[in-house]
Amino acid sequence: MSDFLTQFAPALPEIFVLAMVSLILVIDAAVGDSKRYLAYVLSLATVAGAAVLTVRDFSTMPVLALGGLFIDDPLADVLKLFLYLTVAMVLVYSRDYLRQRGLYKGEFFVLALFALLGMMVMVSASHFLTLYLGLELLSLSLYAMVALQRDSSVATEAAMKYFVLGALASGMLLYGMSMIYGVTGTLALADIAQILADGTDLRIPLVFGIVFIVAGLAFKLGAVPFHMWVPDVYHGAPTAVTLFIGSAPKIAAFAFVVRILGQGLESQVAEWRDMLVILAVLSMAVGNIAAIAQTNLKRMLAYSTISHMGFMLLGILAGSQNGYGSAMFYVLVYTLMSLGSFGMILLLSRAGFEADKLDDFKGLNRRSPWLAFMMLLLMFSMAGVPPTVGFYAKLAVLQAAVEIGYVWLAVAAVLFSLIGAFYYLRIVKLMYFDTPHDTSPIAGSADSRVIMSANGLAVLALGILPQPLMAVCVYAIDASF
Amino acid sequence: MFGQSILSLVIWVPILAGVAVLATGSDRNAALARWVALAGALLGFIVAIPLVTGFDTGTSAMQFVELAAWIPAFNIHYHLGVDGISMPLILLNSFITVLVVIAGWQVIQDKVAQYMAAFLIMSGLINGVFASLDGILFYVFFEGMLIPLYLIVGVWGGPNRVYAAFKFFLYTLLGSLLMLVSMIYLYFQSGGSFDIQTWHATTLGMPAQTLMFFAFLLAFGVKVPMWPVHTWLPDAHVEAPTGGSVVLAAVTLKVGAYGFLRFILPILPDASAEYAWLVIALSLIAVAYIGLVALAQSDMKKLIAYSSIAHMGFVTLGFFMFSPLGIEGGLVQMISHGFVSAALFLCIGVMYDRLHSRQIKDYGGLVNRMPLFAAFFMLFAMANAGLPATSGFVGEFMVIMAAAKVNFWFAFVAATTLILGAAYTLWMYKRVVFGEVTNPRVEELTDINPREILLLGALVVCVLAMGLYPKPFTDVMHVSVVDLLAHVAQSKLP
Repeated sequence: MSDFLTQFAPALPEIFVLAMVSLILVIDAAVGDSKRYLAYVLSLATVAGAAVLTVRDFSTMPVLALGGLFIDDPLADVLKLFLYLTVAMVLVYSRDYLRQRGLYKGEFFVLALFALLGMMVMVSASHFLTLYLGLELLSLSLYAMVALQRDSSVATEAAMKYFVLGALASGMLLYGMSMIYGVTGTLALADIAQILADGTDLRIPLVFGIVFIVAGLAFKLGAVPFHMWVPDVYHGAPTAVTLFIGSAPKIAAFAFVVRILGQGLESQVAEWRDMLVILAVLSMAVGNIAAIAQTNLKRMLAYSTISHMGFMLLGILAGSQNGYGSAMFYVLVYTLMSLGSFGMILLLSRAGFEADKLDDFKGLNRRSPWLAFMMLLLMFSMAGVPPTVGFYAKLAVLQAAVEIGYVWLAVAAVLFSLIGAFYYLRIVKLMYFDTPHDTSPIAGSADSRVIMSANGLAVLALGILPQPLMAVCVYAIDASF
Repeated sequence: MFGQSILSLVIWVPILAGVAVLATGSDRNAALARWVALAGALLGFIVAIPLVTGFDTGTSAMQFVELAAWIPAFNIHYHLGVDGISMPLILLNSFITVLVVIAGWQVIQDKVAQYMAAFLIMSGLINGVFASLDGILFYVFFEGMLIPLYLIVGVWGGPNRVYAAFKFFLYTLLGSLLMLVSMIYLYFQSGGSFDIQTWHATTLGMPAQTLMFFAFLLAFGVKVPMWPVHTWLPDAHVEAPTGGSVVLAAVTLKVGAYGFLRFILPILPDASAEYAWLVIALSLIAVAYIGLVALAQSDMKKLIAYSSIAHMGFVTLGFFMFSPLGIEGGLVQMISHGFVSAALFLCIGVMYDRLHSRQIKDYGGLVNRMPLFAAFFMLFAMANAGLPATSGFVGEFMVIMAAAKVNFWFAFVAATTLILGAAYTLWMYKRVVFGEVTNPRVEELTDINPREILLLGALVVCVLAMGLYPKPFTDVMHVSVVDLLAHVAQSKLP
């Protein structure tokens, strides 16, 4: 009996989150509108509790559990801690926005926590089955969150697109996984790695499987040419949901890619590297160029996400621990910047006003010099200009690409980031050089302002002293491989 | 007690002062912001003085070195130090910052704290560029200074400021990014080090040297700026506020030229020798052709901007003569141009503040109303034209001498600047200062006030001192330059 229970011990945070979600679901159904804040507070408590559990049982070496389905290693624990932080920040940023739009209901929090649970399963998966399970739990929650604003036709359309394309991507992934299963006869990543390292005669089905898996991953990452859903979903979803989609799932997607490609298919790096090169170059090109044409900030940031995912792939395609560490650093930094940028849209919005047009940022420096400065830091960080942390993220992935001899790829990447600098500079121009056409006071609540300040200053502080975060990434990767 | 960290102070005092200025808040406290900024700038200059008094002119080794681990994950260090090449530039920058704060005292009435803070922070970052001995640290300062400059041009600039700010930022970013890739490549070639002095000793094959040469040439050539990547400079100069133009011309251009001496020549000596003809050709085009372009300008700021390009052409020409005379001439020219161009832009600022025009045709007969100003302006115009006994002469003469030793025709083309420079500067001077008063508004002008006299007077002292007795400057540089040339003479081919 006790053996049976200890089997579950590494998954304690997941079990805790699941239990709490069920509790919130029940409580929220029972209380009236005046007590909606209960769901909010309990959600934050859930995240905090999960963080405590993760820290308490922090594993310094990989531990397999649940019959090899589940792995608890430093990589998973570190990424989970960042997931908690991200989700907590999303909740704080979103509260006012949700309340003003009648979305301040238990559903949002329950779905967000289910998505969190899915992401936690993804980062801790050591088996195709658990990977897929986590991914679907995340995706289904996100589809519903996008459609949460039932009366909005844009949101409904976005949810529909997201669902159809997401289902297609999941199908591709499954198909690829079945091919790999056909070649190796197992679904456990460690076993797959072992069998493939020993060599196999079934090259064609193997490569076929890899192609489908990479295509599915590219869908989930939003890498070109599988990016079509990104701008529509980012634009159509309520901004609070966009903030959620644009932040935490990127961390989970990184783990997903590293688990499959880096741990399961590591011996096949020669096969998937070229595919990632193409995805990376196309993503950086299309993302950066298309972003210039946008007038809606959410859409612009969607294209910017596409290009950032291309940059992150530079790290992964290196296929080395150095590369994975760089990509991890990149994705964490990107998540921080994305949180800040979408958080700023939320902060500037108010009842009946979305603040998601570029023109809504005109003259922000006159209305609020502090918030304008935070956004300036975020934009220069996105553009990769030192002394913000975005620069070190770019530096890390570029050096990973140069290390494997892909200097041309690094050159292409910096040229595309030059194009990207233009539209980030444009935001700064709007805030600082132009005069405001909207002079109403900024309504954002005190707690979201505090989080925004912390977010913006973190971009600067990590830019001046990036070592701690870098060391965490290096440690997490080195101790888990 | 701060003896071990003079360079850190030189970098961080202005930056922290900038933050303090920002803390004074809105324009209600504008006066406070100005005084805090002045105190910060003066303090920044004072902490830089020990660099001169404690400098050992007898060694080419780096001095005032500070070394601390910064990002161990990539072996990046907080590594500072100066030699005879970088020390004078730090001093120049700290000095110019004081002038810029005073120059913006009355003119800037909008967002005063942000304006002053931007200049102070930029000053600290530029000092960082000159003091960095680690490639990534250098890059961080090199790129970081774009942010305040972008805001200065864009927020307080002229009517076409947005275009100018974007053009300036994207142009310089293009070069910098390619340089970044080169630096990463050097990191792996040197066995995992971002240390610039380690790079000086790293062997590199010719193809790699060639590619990196062009990457660095673009990065620094844009900053210098060299023909044909100079077109951002006239735009930025014209649109920038007076202080912005002063810093651009007097200091940021020097960052580009400095890069040649710290990176291109010692790290890529073989490619530098191979492609010296290219740099020499571009420099001579800048001297002769841009000199002619300057002649045709009707906007005073644009004229001085083109004149800057021509003068910086001298600097790069001197560097690629590969002789102590040439490099020292280039360095002297850099410092001198820092003083002279700053002075000329301040002079134009003085006129612009009164008449709100930069067009030559709007002036004329200024000497009748502003005799004192006309005298100052005269001296700086002469210095720009390279009159002996002013600092402008020394550098140009040294470079021409060095060029003559290499090839007569180099010297011949370079010497045209003595004619062209005199022509465009003095012709402008004549049209602005002498002649009939045609514009009724010129009649109402008042002569310069004590604040402006202080500004221009300080620069007069510098220009004349350097022109009459340049030896202290060349003494500081000499050992470092000779050591640099010894580096350049050694092939680094494997």
